[in-house]
Amino acid sequence: MTRHLTRTLLSGIAVAAMLGVAAVSAQSATLHMAWSQDATGLDPHKQTAFSSLRLLELIYEPLVRVDASLRIIPAIAKSWEFSKDGKELTFKLDPKAKFQDGTAVTSADVKASFERILDEKTGAAARANFLSIAGIDTPDAATVVFHLSQPDVPILTAMSDVNAAIVPAAEIKAGSIGTKAVGSGPFKLDKWDPNAKEVLSANKDWAGGATGVDGIEISVLPDEAAILAAMRTKQIDFALLNDPLVATLVPKEASLQLNRVPVLAYHVLQLNPSRKPMTELKVRQAISCAIDRQEVLDTASLGEGKVTGPLTIPALATDPSQLFCYKRDVDKAKKLMAEAGFADGFSATVIGATGEPPTAAAEAQVIQSQLAEIGVKLDIKMMELNVYVDAWLKGDFDMAIALNGGRADPYTMYNRYWTKAGNLQKVANYIDDTLDSQMQQGRAETDPEKRKAIFTAFEKHLAEMSPWIWLYTSYSYTAQQKNIAGFVPTPTGTLFSLSKVTIQQ
Amino acid sequence: MNYLMRRLATFPLVLLGVSILVFVAIRLVPGDSITAMLGTEAGLLTPAQRESLAAYFGIDQPWFVQYWRWIGGILHGNFGISVTYGRPVLDVILERFPLTLELAVLSMIIALAVGMPAGIYAATHSEKPSDLGVRIVAMVGQSTPSFVLGLLIIYTLSAGFGVLPAMGEFAPLWQDPLRNLSQLILPAITLGFAFAASVTRISRSAMLDVLGDDYVRTARSKGASARSVIWRHALPNALIPVVTLSGIEFGYLLGGAVIVEQIYALPGLGRMVLDAILQRDYALVQGAVLFIAFNFMIVNLLVDLAYVALDPRIRLGEQ
Repeated sequence: MTRHLTRTLLSGIAVAAMLGVAAVSAQSATLHMAWSQDATGLDPHKQTAFSSLRLLELIYEPLVRVDASLRIIPAIAKSWEFSKDGKELTFKLDPKAKFQDGTAVTSADVKASFERILDEKTGAAARANFLSIAGIDTPDAATVVFHLSQPDVPILTAMSDVNAAIVPAAEIKAGSIGTKAVGSGPFKLDKWDPNAKEVLSANKDWAGGATGVDGIEISVLPDEAAILAAMRTKQIDFALLNDPLVATLVPKEASLQLNRVPVLAYHVLQLNPSRKPMTELKVRQAISCAIDRQEVLDTASLGEGKVTGPLTIPALATDPSQLFCYKRDVDKAKKLMAEAGFADGFSATVIGATGEPPTAAAEAQVIQSQLAEIGVKLDIKMMELNVYVDAWLKGDFDMAIALNGGRADPYTMYNRYWTKAGNLQKVANYIDDTLDSQMQQGRAETDPEKRKAIFTAFEKHLAEMSPWIWLYTSYSYTAQQKNIAGFVPTPTGTLFSLSKVTIQQ
Repeated sequence: MNYLMRRLATFPLVLLGVSILVFVAIRLVPGDSITAMLGTEAGLLTPAQRESLAAYFGIDQPWFVQYWRWIGGILHGNFGISVTYGRPVLDVILERFPLTLELAVLSMIIALAVGMPAGIYAATHSEKPSDLGVRIVAMVGQSTPSFVLGLLIIYTLSAGFGVLPAMGEFAPLWQDPLRNLSQLILPAITLGFAFAASVTRISRSAMLDVLGDDYVRTARSKGASARSVIWRHALPNALIPVVTLSGIEFGYLLGGAVIVEQIYALPGLGRMVLDAILQRDYALVQGAVLFIAFNFMIVNLLVDLAYVALDPRIRLGEQ
């Protein structure tokens, strides 16, 4: 009986195997994609989850976009211009831009979209970035004028985010944003089965021209090792990977290619400067000097990334070796601890979120052993992501291992933490007049060189005050079959270039 | 019959307890639907924005009002709307359940088909090398975590043979039975392996107990063949612990096999509940847990009824 059963099971596996092969030959011009975490919703103004943004960028379009070098390029708007006093921003819309229901994108849609974002009742994620908008004029169907209450250079970069996507005014009125996805982007959403799959088809009316594939089918495969296995058997053409351990296995497969690019998001050890003894500058600086950032990167992330200072935007970032104590100096750290009156060290708790990022626990462990050398006894507390977010938002921690999102503009990226009125000032728990005034200057300065100088000084000061210890930026990974051409990885992690990807036979 | 009625009458009471427990437990965990959706960006919301989102997610009322509304809805057959799926909770659950049920049945078939013969064989060859062999395999089966076995199977098939059943889109049994089987056979083996190991061990020890009983000795002395002694006399009595074990295990499986569903990307009940907890989709978590509890109670009842069928000496509900 057992023998018979074994035979049955083996034939079952054989059937499974044949079907697996059959599934491969069925693919045509549809790109089969996989990721481990699914989008969490369809309202482009409310979603902040990485996967949601990546999905919505294929369906919706903002006024402008950023390219791989983070330069602003046209999207729905063909051109734009700041007035001389920096308080008026005028956009000319692309006359070819159409929503997927066939209606043209007009200035009324732009106005309605921004009014929706600014309306507190919406709960829009990016509202804080647009508070300088005092009024919106629509002189004709193809022109939009934003009147600003103060010069606001970063607003243009903030407008490149899908959180500032233009949605049809009619859909806003109908209250169907979030249940129906009608954008003007390269793909239409045909089906969404949450946590299982998405089916996208090419938008033939897209103003950006023809897409390279007829559609994209996204499967949610929660285990990244299983994603790699599905790529080996050619079930999946393209995948998003988070775990460096899995990503480093991709180049070992002859038929697969790994794309990686340093991202704007940064891994950081957040100190809480409102809690003793982190209230002492010397203690914070001692922690900064005691941490070997390269070792954290090498151990926790297999060296997959780059040590970084506070600014991760390539055009603005300072060489980290020029920043305060970026070369580990335990003697200096011990001296600083002694000067602060903590020669014998102290105990503290560091919190981290399980699996978010996947390297969090390992980072905490390396830091724990490094800080032990200067007498700091760290207790590691790993939490489920939501529990962690709750504690993080309340600023309820001694130290926190975090992976914080980056933005293409330093003001938008850090205004929330390091200005006195920043929404997340309570999380950073650190008030510094210098940082506040540097942020305000950077916001108003339109000259690129002067702006760079302001933010270089900001970065240097931030590293020296050490409210947080910036560690490294990791790579964003995508894996693809070698017959997929045209994908351009970017520091923002966007998958927008999938619109021009082709499958070579 | 009386017993059955009495047992059924306890169902609402148990379900009420479960409903309170799950309702309170999910709310005791820090974080809510808003932080689940926005993550750390939730900190950028103004109080008015937060209020309007709380109203959207239905968490703006005091907890007892929320509970009352929910229970009131259930009494009218309305389990609420899942905020993730934007659809009625019961629809989402019933869509996922067939896969979970099928997986549970398949793994049980594998477990019983492999485990019972192996256990009986080991019992009848007690303390011989073959018995030892069976016991070692069973021990390994019980102590191998399902994620190790699952990943091992996936890795071996994909890296070694370049094949793998189609992942991602699941084909229901009634639409494409072959494809469906191809997708479920490996997960069922993964789950069934440990299950079979437990069945082997329990049927071996139950069989050994029974084989030492007087009535079996009597049967043997009356000249019954070895086959008849085992299958006709010993087996029915040895089945009771196996039924108990299988019932409990099957009940658990009906709650979804979270890890195996994750690894094989199966859209079953377990993965759905896990995602719902992570996304703080309260209505879905609550509805699903009630549904799972109900199934567990039904399976338990069936196990109890099976005892009577197996052993006429057992009279349910009588002192």
